[in-house]
Amino acid sequence: MDNPLVLEPLFRLGPVPVTAPVVATWAIMAGLALFSVLATRRLALRPGRVQTVLELFSATLDGQIRATMGRDPAPFRALIGTIFLFVLAANWSSLIPGVEPPTAALETDAAAAFVVFAATTGYGIRYRGLGGYLRTFAEPSWVMIPLNIIEQVTRTVALIVRLFGNVMSGVFVIGVVLSLAGLFVPIPLMALDLLTGGVQAYIFAILATVFIGAAVGESPSAAPRAKEEEQSP
Amino acid sequence: MTGSLVEIVSIIAAAVAVSFGALGPALAEGRAVAAAMDAIARQPEAAGTLSRTLFVGLAMIETTAIYALVIALLVLFANPFV
Repeated sequence: MDNPLVLEPLFRLGPVPVTAPVVATWAIMAGLALFSVLATRRLALRPGRVQTVLELFSATLDGQIRATMGRDPAPFRALIGTIFLFVLAANWSSLIPGVEPPTAALETDAAAAFVVFAATTGYGIRYRGLGGYLRTFAEPSWVMIPLNIIEQVTRTVALIVRLFGNVMSGVFVIGVVLSLAGLFVPIPLMALDLLTGGVQAYIFAILATVFIGAAVGESPSAAPRAKEEEQSP
Repeated sequence: MTGSLVEIVSIIAAAVAVSFGALGPALAEGRAVAAAMDAIARQPEAAGTLSRTLFVGLAMIETTAIYALVIALLVLFANPFV
């Protein structure tokens, strides 16, 4: 059985070894980009089938972001939606024979989680200013500073390990079952894998939303209402 | 029997880590889902918020089991003592 923690390079581009997950990741990125360009090229007021599906997805995404962050979803829609679609496509790419999901490799998950980490810091600084964002580490009191810094690291690591563990264990279990009984037996497990992949993509995206929402804080429109409630009793 | 003592102990340790590491999160997730079911039954109009919070919470709980799995994999495939 293959070691899930070590990757063998497929070929080399000069000094850079290229592994199978890298190829699959670039293929997924190219596929998603191509699909997006083709699908949004002719947008109409009376939408066709593809546009209806896209609008449904976009509206659901907006609703989720608004419900989670309590803010206008427009600045975050592109990032969260892309993360969700990429992780979903990566998890479900195991449907194609011969392709292992790139999220079953630690490096892909680390890259995705690093994007979330960078976005959290970036949005936090953009919305609160550098001083304001750094001040959130001292909330509710300065005693919490080390814990808040550790939390930034641990939740990113947890994001990596959660996605990696779920997807990789699915691939692993199918490999074990395949070596025991080849025909038809792994199919229910593969169906379960699709469910796990969808749920994990949702969780990855919603956790990214939660982290970014915590970094940017409450929306200014919600703040005065809280003040009124304080004064009213 | 060709494995060294360290390899044999590693396999047993991996099995123990996964089995006991799965116990706690399984019980905890069961409790969380039961509580969410109860809440949805009492207040069906809040089902959207409840299930979103439930999913995030389940992901958090599940992480502990995944940690155990990763430790087991490290012991099996990247053991520093073999």
